[in-house]
Order: sequence, then C-alpha cells, then structure tokens
Amino acid sequence: MRTIIRPCLTIFSLMALLTGIIYPLAITAGAQWLFPVEANGSLINRLGKATTNTAKAVGSRLIGQNFTSPRYFWPRPSATNPPYNADASTGSNYGPRSPALQTEVKTAVRHLQRADRGNLHPIPVDLVTSSASGLDPDISPAAAYYQASRVAAARHMPVAPVKKLIAESIREPWLGFFGECYINVLELNIHLDQLSAKWNIKRKLHHHAGRSTP
Amino acid sequence: MLYDGWMQLAFLLAAVLVLAKPLGEYIARVFTKGRLPLIGRIGQPVEATIYRMAGVRCDDQQNWIQYAVACLLFNLVGFIFLYLLQLLQQHLPLNPAHQSHVPAALAFNTAASFVTNTNWQNYAGETTMSLLTQMLGMTVQNFLSAATGIAVMAAFLRGLASKGTGKLGSFWVDLVRSTLYILLPLAIITSLVLASQGVVQTFHATRQVHTLSNTTMTAQAKASKASIQNIAMGPVASQEAIKQIGTNGGGFFNANSAHPFENPNGLTDFVEMLAMLLIPAASCFTFSRMIGDKRQGRVILVTMAVIFALCATLCITFEQQPNPILPGIVNQHHTGLAPGGNMEGKEVRFGPANSAIWTCVATGTSTGAVNSMLDSYTPFGGLIPMWLMKTGEVIFGGVGVGLTGMLITSMVAVFLCGLMVGRTPEYLGKKLGAFEIKMVSLAILIPPALVLIGTAIASVTPSAIASVANPGSHGFSEILYAMTSMSNNNGSAFAGLNGDTNFYNILGGVMMLAGRFWSIVATLALAGAMANRKPSPPSVGTFPTHTPLFAVILAGTIALISGLIFLPALALGPIAEGLAHVVH
Repeated sequence: MRTIIRPCLTIFSLMALLTGIIYPLAITAGAQWLFPVEANGSLINRLGKATTNTAKAVGSRLIGQNFTSPRYFWPRPSATNPPYNADASTGSNYGPRSPALQTEVKTAVRHLQRADRGNLHPIPVDLVTSSASGLDPDISPAAAYYQASRVAAARHMPVAPVKKLIAESIREPWLGFFGECYINVLELNIHLDQLSAKWNIKRKLHHHAGRSTP
Repeated sequence: MLYDGWMQLAFLLAAVLVLAKPLGEYIARVFTKGRLPLIGRIGQPVEATIYRMAGVRCDDQQNWIQYAVACLLFNLVGFIFLYLLQLLQQHLPLNPAHQSHVPAALAFNTAASFVTNTNWQNYAGETTMSLLTQMLGMTVQNFLSAATGIAVMAAFLRGLASKGTGKLGSFWVDLVRSTLYILLPLAIITSLVLASQGVVQTFHATRQVHTLSNTTMTAQAKASKASIQNIAMGPVASQEAIKQIGTNGGGFFNANSAHPFENPNGLTDFVEMLAMLLIPAASCFTFSRMIGDKRQGRVILVTMAVIFALCATLCITFEQQPNPILPGIVNQHHTGLAPGGNMEGKEVRFGPANSAIWTCVATGTSTGAVNSMLDSYTPFGGLIPMWLMKTGEVIFGGVGVGLTGMLITSMVAVFLCGLMVGRTPEYLGKKLGAFEIKMVSLAILIPPALVLIGTAIASVTPSAIASVANPGSHGFSEILYAMTSMSNNNGSAFAGLNGDTNFYNILGGVMMLAGRFWSIVATLALAGAMANRKPSPPSVGTFPTHTPLFAVILAGTIALISGLIFLPALALGPIAEGLAHVVH
C-alpha cells in the first residue's frame, strides 16, 4: 500500500503547485507585461481611449452599462440585479414559452415606444430580450438605428449625423463571418457625446453669426 | 441565414481536422516515450524530479487493477483537498473579496463536480469562491481530471495494442506526462491568446468605475449608487484556457463563456471551441498510431464529425427561427444588420448561429461551457444538446474518455453484427468474450441508468420540483437536462433550475462520482482483459471495422442506444414542448 500512498500524495502536491500556483502566476506575469490594458479589464476613459487608471475610466469596453436617459443609446434588457451588475452576471433563464418571457418583451417594447412616440418601426429582437451574461456590451446595428430618432430628438439634433455615427460604429465579425455585426454601446455613447458637443458649438456659432449680421 | 452558420461550422471543422493529425501523433509519442521536440528538453528535468520525489520509475508497468486503484486513490485525494479548501477558504490567503466558507453540501457537490471533469456549478463563481479556491482548487482539478481522462485513454489503447502481456503502463507516469507535455503547453499558448483579446488576468477581485452617465448626472443621482459599477475580475485567462482544453467547462463567472471577460469576441469564441475539440479529435490519430492502423482512427473521426455537423446544422436552424409567442412588432428576422432569431439568453456578438454551434461543441465534448443560456433555447434547439450528452458524449467527447467511449460503442456495434451472423465478435483482432461484453455493457448503461433513476426520483420529490424555474414540460426538461448533464459528466445546465439545494447537491454529487468512476473502472477492466488476449490475424470471417459501412453501423448503434433508452423521457420534456410551440 505504501508504494501507492507515497506517489499519490507527492504527485498530487507537486502537480497542484505547478498547475494551481506556478501556472496562474506565470500567466498573470506574462499577460500583465504583454497586454496590460486587456488583462486589466479593457477600461476606457471619457475620450474612448484605453486606460489602466481606474480613476479616469468611465467603464470597460467589454462590460455593458445601464444607460436609461433618452439622450443615450440604450443597451439590451439585463437579467442581473440591478441591471448591468458586473459583480453578478446571469441570464434570465426564461423558457421559450414562458409567460415571464412574454412580459419581459412586452415591457421592453412599451418602454421603447413611450420614449419615442412617433416611431412605429419594427423593433429588432435583440433590443427587447435579455442577454446571456446580463452584461452584453453590444447591440445590433439595427437596434441602434431604431433608437436614432429618440436620441436625436433628446439632443435637439437632426437624425442624419446620428445615423452617420451609427454607420461608422458598426463592427464586423471576426474574419467577416465568425459571429454577428455589432455596435459597442458604451463607445457609441462616448462618441455621441463628442458629436453633440461639436454640434452644440456649431449651433452656437451659427446663432451668434446670425445675430451679428445686420 | 444558414449560410453564415455553415461557414462558421465548416471553418471550425476544417481547423480541427488540420490540427488534429499532428497533435494526435504528438500525443502518441508522449505515451510511447518517443522523442518530443523542444518541450521534451524543458520538461525532462521537471519530470525526472517529480519521479524521484514520488519514488516512481518511468518504466513501471501496472496491471488493470493496480492502474485503477492508483487512479481512484489519486482522485480521492483531489476530492478531499478541494472539499477542505472550500470549507476553509475564509481563513486562507488570496481572498480579496472576503468570501466566506462554502456550505458543506455545496462544497461536496462542487468537489465531486470538478474531480469528475463535470464542472456542474451550483454556485456563482464571482460571489462564492476566493481567488485561491479558483486557482488551487478549480484550476488544479481542471488539469488533473483532464489528465486522468487522458491517462485512462492511454491505458485503454495499450490494452488494445497489447500482444498479451496484461500490462497497461503506469498511471503515475501517464498522469505526469499528459499534464507536462500535453495540457500545460496548450494551456499556456491558449491563455496568452485569450488575454491578448481582453480575457482578464489579474489578482484584483473587483475594480470600481464611475460610469459614463455619471459624468452628466445631477448631484443627487451621483450620490446614489446607480452611477458606480463594480466590475468583478480575477485570474480568468489561465483558468479559461484549461477549462476548454481539458473539456472541463466550469466558469470563473456565473455566466460562463457568455461573460465578455471569458469570451470577448469572435476570435476568442473560435479559439475556445477549437480548444474544446482539439484533444478529443486528435485522440483518433493517437489511436491509429498506437494500434498501427490509420484506417481505424479515421472511421471514428469521420463518424464523429458527420454526426456533429448534422446536430449543429439542426440546432442552428431551430435557434434562428422566430419565437411565435412574441408580439408582432418585434422583428425576429436575420439581416445583415441584426442577428434575429431566438435572442433571449444570447449575446449580440455571437448571435443564434454561432451560439448553436458552440452548444453542440460543448455538449458533444464533455465540456459543458456555455456562451448562451440553454434554458432559453427553443424546445427542439434544446433537445439537440440534451441528445448529444445522452449518446454518452462520444461525438468527440471528453479528453481521453470521449475516444474510449466511442471505442466501447464500436465494440457494441461489432457485438450486434456478430449476433446477426452468429459469429464470435472481435475488434482489432481480439475476441470479445463474455467478460468483455459485460464490461462494455456496464460502461454503456450506467450513465443512462443514473439519468433515468435520478429524473424519476426528482420528479416525485416535492423539494426537487420546487427548484424548477419554468412551468410545464419545460420544467421537466430542466430536471432531465440536469440529471443527464451530471451523470454524463458534462456540466452544462438549463440554469433556471435552482441546483443549490441539499437534494440536488447530494444526489447530483453522487451521480457525478458514480457516472465517472464506474465507467473508468469498467473501461480499465476491459483494457486489462484485452491486454491479456493475444491478437489473432484477420480471417475472411472477420468483420472489418475500417469501412464506410462500419461508420454507418456505428452511427446507427449510437442512435439506437440513446434513442431506445431516452425517447419516452424526451417525449415528456422537449418533444411535448416543441409540439406545443409548433401548433401555437
């Protein structure tokens, strides 16, 4: 029996040391050295630039945020509590015929339509269903286009530049076919803030110029 | 709609088939102690030190009983260690989020789950486990349970190839060599690729950010917590890599590979699927190399790939369909600008087609990782992964045990053909006697027996029924899925079911242990019996097992076994629900 106990305990201890301590430490050292931004959560600042400084970050490029103001593009419904709780990811786990699923979708539809009365376009399904992680950072391009009229109205801007921004923000899937087209909501909203700031300056200048000419 | 899905499927399968051959032959060299490239020179001193300290000789030989005892004892030590680690984690270092100890029943379930390569999780990682437990507990077992599977395969293949010596090699040597030369190198490469794409790797448990809407909020709103986001992190990339390579599947986060920090984009999604399939597919070439007949492994690989492609195509089709119960204003059609289809519980960057392929990969292999929530799948879409597990996970299957499962199924096929023509069945020149067929039957029938008995008990136990999240036949599907997943050591779930109750923790833990180790013992016994038989040269009466005809018979055997056993249970769950969905 001793011929089994000794190898058993020794090999287990050495393997635990190797795979449970040395391996993760080495990978951490390597990843922190090679990919400091990505290994620390892909944080971005107010200008949409990568940062590793938590104090300057407005969030992670990879983690959705719960935008509720009509001035911003909204993300998908989230099943976490509260929504977009990045400390406790989860999906809804509603079955395909569950009454709870029907309620969730109807509530989301009503919410979107109330915020944008004149908009009777069909709503892309991803915008009214909750994601698998509850933290989905993306919406489909169609879901962004659907919200363009609301966002433009709330910011007193024409729709055209907002739609142009959406078109510029579309990300292709890897290799063009592996996955789906998507738009990162946080980055879109950062760029939207920048766009409407530019638009406000232009409008003020225009307003000013209009007054000063005789 | 299907075109994109097929492209992804074809690309994935092509990559697997291209990489499987060199890796499979490399694995064979690891087992036969052939020359290894660079890695051998780095690993050799480490390997020698381990043997010296353990008092093992690298040319030791064990018979099947010694091999099985070593395997069971080693896993028992791992089980006890992981159990105690969870109970004591609040007293141990590396617990930045101050997680308290894991309750005993849950710790039992989790220890059983990770030791058996199941990785069924009745807990949410980010809110339950300390970083030390994740590393020294989960990551270690991810390696060792996978290495156990590979070792059992090595012993089984030696049994098939043996000239009648009765020896299967040494469990210790196989375990150490599979970890050092197969799992670790693959895990290091994969984790760095993942980290480069945004899979986090840090010892900070959380980071707090002030969200974008915070900058434009009123002072009152700022004072409320709504503008602050706490983002859970950890050493994820290192665990994610071995979780897929070892077909384990246990997530660092609750949302598993749907969480953007585990699987941020299409590239990582591809790499993780490839990682799940690579060793199981490569094992077919290892098999060919070790028995010295490359046609045998090819038949197995083709059968796996064809069944997999069929299942994935079906699953994509079902998941891309609109859900008839949603209001008409919702656009569920796939366009260039929207994924459409069944998007509840799916991520936009993946969409239904990619998610369906992933699900087939994760349930065909024994991984059970998810990048979408299976509980929200369409009824027939959810039937596919359930069936793939019910085949005994032989469509690529778990590392090591997938191939052995498929070879045992091949023996059933040979046996059935033997019965039809009235000849003693033989496989690879070895006669299958009564003892062999008994062991084959044990290995094939124990998991289904556990599934059906477990489902029956749960369906009449009030506390077990109370765990169900969705009403009607879907609720039954949740229970059936859980029992299938645990008994077959998969670990994926219809996650609405609340598994963290004493009933599921204890029954589930026992089922996982029984499903895994009963099968391993039967497999090793079979390997021992084969190792004792001298191979006889093929005669005109020999039924060849390398032909397309055999591939068809093998696929038929898989369908026959799983269909006969499970059709009644499936009719009560997904099939009933699916029919209701169609006539809606």
